[in-house]
Amino acid sequence: MSRGFSITGQPGFPFIALLCFAVLYLPVATLVFYAFNAGDSVAVWSGFSLRWFHSAWQNTQVQEATMRSALIAVVAATIATVTATMAAIATTRTAPYRGLTFKYAFINQPLMVPEIVTAVALLIVFSRLKVWTGYSGLGYLIAAHTAFCIPFAYMPIRARLEGMDLTLERAAADLYATPWAAFRRVTLPLLWPGILAGFMLAFVISLDDVVITEFVKSAGQETLPTYMLGQLKRSVTPEINAISTVFLGISILLVTMFFLISRKKT
Amino acid sequence: MGITQQAADRAERDAIRKRWLLSAPALTIIFFAAIGPLAVVVLYSFMVKGDYGDVKYWQFSLDGWFNVVAERDMFDDTLGLAWANISIFWRSLKLSFITTIVTLFFGFPTAYLIATRAPNKRDLWLFLITIPFWTNILIRTFAMQEVIRNEGIVNSALMGMGLVDQPVQIMFTDWAILFGMVYVYLPLMVLPLYASMEKLDFRLVEAGYDLYANRLQVLRRIIIPLVKPGIVAGCILVFIPSLGAYVIPRVLGGGKNMMLGNLIDLQFGQGRNWPLGSALSITLMIIVTLALLVYVRNTSKGGGHGHV
Amino acid sequence: MAAGQTAIEAKGVTKQFGAGQDAVKALDNVSVSIRQNEFFTLLGPSGCGKTTLLRLIAGFDFPTEGEILLYGENIAPLPPYKRPVNTVFQSYALFPHMTVAQNIGFGLEMLGKPRAEIDERVSQMLRLVRMEELANRRTSQISGGQQQRVALARALAPAPKVLLLDEPLSALDYKLRKDMQIELKRLQHETGITFIFVTHDQEEALTMSDRIAVMSKGKILQIGSPRDIYDRPSVRFVANFIGETNFIEGEVAEVVGGKAMVKLNGGGVVAAGVPETLKPEGKVTVVVRPEHADLVAHGGKADLWGRLENVVYFGTDTHYYVKLDGGETFIIRQQNSHGGGTGHAVGDAVGVALEPNSAQLVRD
Repeated sequence: MSRGFSITGQPGFPFIALLCFAVLYLPVATLVFYAFNAGDSVAVWSGFSLRWFHSAWQNTQVQEATMRSALIAVVAATIATVTATMAAIATTRTAPYRGLTFKYAFINQPLMVPEIVTAVALLIVFSRLKVWTGYSGLGYLIAAHTAFCIPFAYMPIRARLEGMDLTLERAAADLYATPWAAFRRVTLPLLWPGILAGFMLAFVISLDDVVITEFVKSAGQETLPTYMLGQLKRSVTPEINAISTVFLGISILLVTMFFLISRKKT
Repeated sequence: MGITQQAADRAERDAIRKRWLLSAPALTIIFFAAIGPLAVVVLYSFMVKGDYGDVKYWQFSLDGWFNVVAERDMFDDTLGLAWANISIFWRSLKLSFITTIVTLFFGFPTAYLIATRAPNKRDLWLFLITIPFWTNILIRTFAMQEVIRNEGIVNSALMGMGLVDQPVQIMFTDWAILFGMVYVYLPLMVLPLYASMEKLDFRLVEAGYDLYANRLQVLRRIIIPLVKPGIVAGCILVFIPSLGAYVIPRVLGGGKNMMLGNLIDLQFGQGRNWPLGSALSITLMIIVTLALLVYVRNTSKGGGHGHV
Repeated sequence: MAAGQTAIEAKGVTKQFGAGQDAVKALDNVSVSIRQNEFFTLLGPSGCGKTTLLRLIAGFDFPTEGEILLYGENIAPLPPYKRPVNTVFQSYALFPHMTVAQNIGFGLEMLGKPRAEIDERVSQMLRLVRMEELANRRTSQISGGQQQRVALARALAPAPKVLLLDEPLSALDYKLRKDMQIELKRLQHETGITFIFVTHDQEEALTMSDRIAVMSKGKILQIGSPRDIYDRPSVRFVANFIGETNFIEGEVAEVVGGKAMVKLNGGGVVAAGVPETLKPEGKVTVVVRPEHADLVAHGGKADLWGRLENVVYFGTDTHYYVKLDGGETFIIRQQNSHGGGTGHAVGDAVGVALEPNSAQLVRD
């Protein structure tokens, strides 16, 4: 049996690609594997057990950090999605007008600056504000998260809007729909998948953030990632693997949903 | 100009005003929680450092910037280069550069392989690349730590095979940071590479073979030049976050093997030199902006990069 | 509203895009009256301004200058949703997230009609376009021809005073297009609504319209019935754009009984009709349709003389290319009869006999 000449083939490429996927998945697979370890070690396997999931579940610090992470992510992602939707409507499907490029640059700015720089910048300003106002609640974290979530929410919404047929809204106007009715009955339903995708992206980004949260949080405001960062300094038990595994599961679920939604055609 | 034209002009002005109102909330949030604070950082870099952190307000000095590369000797007050800072700059640039090269080595064949699958299968492969991309960076760093620890699987395997008697110390070395960054930033290389390879017209490759090129020549003379925008995009998308890395060197590099991000952190913590930290931040931002400019010029010349 | 009343009137409408040096006049001082119940077609090549005029009537754009009157009322400053005018879009623009019935009912719903009335009207419209059984389908689940009919039903449902159709048939294949042409005529007849139809397809315009306005470069060149436009074009562009035409250059010798006697460059004199807008004097161009001329053997009674250059057989007819003594090439189209054959060979000296009243002066 001889195989024909493959136009697309390149020697060694399949092997390197295989290696690439191994590099991407092996460490995480190990991490998940040892989450089910019965022993205290994250390296020596001593049988299957769910004890670390159980202990993580009962750990009040983990519970609190998880709730706080979820709260911040929900609020920040919601505000970010609403404001990003409005901004996307204001910056797409228009002849260029004065300030349009400025808006693009402004909205995407959080993507352009290294996280650590934003983090220290917020540290400087918010620590001062905390002293002046006496308020040191979750508001600072929510504001910071909202700001860096906006460009992520903005991306899929803008893409969806730009792919949308302008004549549909024109047709609605032609059929006696006022601008608001046309928006509510035609634009919004068609934009919905983009908004949902934007929200989920923003949610994952907020949930994942370590650096900015670490610098902005006040005492007793651990989120799940900063709690984990603190734990990594100590000797680790598979409990942290268990937390990571659940965290990972949630992220994968959200990303899969995002993937499926954004693939849905108009 | 007729009356209707005036009405149309007014309608257009109204529309633009409405567009400003609509974007105002997003712009305001970003102003107060991102851009405004950055301006404060610039200001802080020119102030006198406070004794217990922070700065002495409205006392200006260039010390912050001066200290980026130079320092005054503690005892005899002579000037010298700040070798500690310079070596950290050097390590950051070196490790980021090597990370970029290694991810390109792994990423190019992977993106190519995905781009040459049947169209309906590409999405799944691409999805497999994006999953790690969206996984928490801390989890991924932690996963890498478990692999390279003294008691981790790499050392266990090496010792199990009898290749070494003592565990190889990888953690808390530059190697650990390098492994971590390659692992974490690999998807950022594959995605833009794929985006430009997907658009590659394979009839050109056929034409290359038709004109007596061998596989290596086709790769070197046809494929690589055509996907060059993707290569540049991928390299910059990996280089930029590598340079600003904070979590990876902190967890894998330990206290000694700092990168720029950790040096900045240090100035706001134990270092208590906020002006220096601010100056370092601005320096990092300038380097990143320069790299981004290369990227923008590259993409505006028709290069492809895909947003996930 | 009596029949023959003016439904839409454009008065001195100019539409300019851009400003300063880049300004482009898409419409240049256009005036036209469209009568009630008329099937009126705007015909012209792409970029001639026909779609711009339609968009001004629909309200998607505002004229730079001029008025657009709907039954005497200036609607130019009104937004589209306040105009009793509906559009069938070239891309149909059916709402993808709604069913066929929801699409058709959308306009009535926006007008705030009661549910029962909407349902009644929707089923009436579905019957009209023969789509009853597809009422609950998504618009993505029906064929192109069906989408076209839904778009029509949707635009007709609110009973607009004027229906605007923007090249609605261009996306359909040939067979379906022919069917829809007949369907459109039927719908216009049954509903009694004024149709303004935009197309670049001259054949479509000729078969469907009551009147046609031929446009070029932002101006209306000629308005008339299909027969007027075809048989008596007044402008060179119109004669050229619609059907095949022969152009012969000459000079007016005298005017007799409303006809211009034109002395042709290649010799001979023909009597040509004179359009109202043209002053018959000096150098002129005469047009003759290919089917309005006959080939005559050398020595016979003819108006023009030349040499037979080429003969092309087309099935139903045959085209003869005659190189006239004046230098122009003249095409004659003759229907083929069974077992026919004219006995003329390429290279023969031949004459061309024009049918009475077939020649017409045009301006440039």
